[in-house]
Amino acid sequence: MYEFEYHRAKSVDEATSQLSGADDGRFLAGGQTLLAAMKLRLAAPSDIVDLGGIAELRGIRVDGGNLVVGAMTTHNEVAASKDVAKAIPALAHLASDIGDRMVRNMGTIGGSVANNDPAADYPAALLGLGATVVTRDRRIPADDFFTGMYETALQPGELITAISFPIPKRAGYAKFPNPASRYALVGVFVSESGSGVRVAVTGAGPSVFRVPDMEAALKSSFSPESLAKVTVPADDLNTDMHASAAYRAHLVGVMAKRAVTQALGK
Amino acid sequence: MPVKLSLQVNGKAASAQIEPRMLLLDLLREELRLTGAHQGCDTAQCGACTVHLNGKAVKSCNVLALQAQGGEVVTIEGITPADGSLHPMQAAFRDHHGLQCGFCTPGMVMSALDLLNRNPHPTRDQIREELDGNLCRCTGYHNIVSAIEAGAKAMG
Repeated sequence: MYEFEYHRAKSVDEATSQLSGADDGRFLAGGQTLLAAMKLRLAAPSDIVDLGGIAELRGIRVDGGNLVVGAMTTHNEVAASKDVAKAIPALAHLASDIGDRMVRNMGTIGGSVANNDPAADYPAALLGLGATVVTRDRRIPADDFFTGMYETALQPGELITAISFPIPKRAGYAKFPNPASRYALVGVFVSESGSGVRVAVTGAGPSVFRVPDMEAALKSSFSPESLAKVTVPADDLNTDMHASAAYRAHLVGVMAKRAVTQALGK
Repeated sequence: MPVKLSLQVNGKAASAQIEPRMLLLDLLREELRLTGAHQGCDTAQCGACTVHLNGKAVKSCNVLALQAQGGEVVTIEGITPADGSLHPMQAAFRDHHGLQCGFCTPGMVMSALDLLNRNPHPTRDQIREELDGNLCRCTGYHNIVSAIEAGAKAMG
C-alpha cells in the first residue's frame, strides 16, 4: 500500500471539506473493497477521509412508507435489524449473505453502493425496490444512479449519507454465489408495490439492470410460473472463467423464479 | 506523516506512533508483538487474522490500525486465562483434534467465540455456515465443527 494522508471526520460537513482539500482523496467507509484495492496498488489515493467516527451516518429508521438506512450501517447491522426484518425481509436476507461474517462486520451499505461493483448485492436491492440514494446535497433515484461498471452518478467529493427504500408489498432476492468469492454470479431482486413490479439483476452484466419483460409478466400475474416463457438475451452479459454469458442468461431466469417464490413466502 | 493511535488491546491501554497505512494485523504483530493472529492470504479471504474489534470479528489484514482508534481489540492472546491454561474453546480444539498445522486455529477460535456471543447453542449446520470466512487446508472442517460444538457446551 502506498502512503497517504489520513483524516478522521466527525461530521458529514467536515468529511466533505477534508476531501475537497485533497489532490486525489477517497472516503473510507468499511474499507472491505478499498483497502484490498490499495494493498494491490490498484488504488493509490493521496488522502483518506475516514467516515468511521461520524455518528449521523449510522442507523436504521422507518420514516412513513420508507426504510432509511444510514450510509455507514454495516451489512450485519442490516441483516440483524428488527426494523428491516419487518419492513423488507428480503433486504435483511440479502445483507446476511454478503461476503462472510467478518466482512459484514466492517462493510457498509454506502460503501457498497458508491463502489457499484458489477457483482455486488446491494445495487440489485436499490434498483429492484426503486430506492433513493441520499447524498449531502441531493436525492438520486436508483434508476439514475448506477451508470456503468463501477460508475455512478456521484460527483467527485459527493458523499452518500443514507439509502431510502420504499417499503414494498413483497420482495425477494435470490443469488447464485461464486463459490469462492461469494460475489453474485447472478443475483435477482424482485419487488411488488403500489407503483408496480421491479426486477433487477446484478452479476450478469457490466452493471445492475432491470428486465422489463419479466416485470410485465409479473405484473399480470405475480408467480414463478408467469416467468416460464420469458428469456433474457445473452448478448450484453458477462463472460469470464466462472460462467459464459449464455449460462448467466439462464441463471437470471432461475434466480428470478426463486426470488418470486421467496417473495410469496413459499 | 505518523499519527498517534490509542486503543485497548486485550483489556490494556496501548498506543503507538504509526504510519496511516499500517494494517491492524501489522500493528498487533509488529508493534505490540502479539503474534497469535496470523497473516495467511493477506487478501481478506482465509480468516487466519481474525480478531475482535469492539466485540465483533473482523479480518485484521483488511482493516487499518487507525480504524480501531479509541476502540477495543481482543486477540487470541486475550482469551487465555492468566494462569496460562487454555480457554474452553481452545481446549475443545485440542480434545477434538480440530487442528493439524494450527495456522488457521487462532482465527477459527475467534470466529467461534464471535458466533457464541450471538448464538450460544449453534447447530452443526449453523457452525459450518458461520465458518464461511475461515479457511483450513488440513482438516476438512469436520473436527473443527465438532470442537466448536463441544466448546459451546463447555462454555454453557
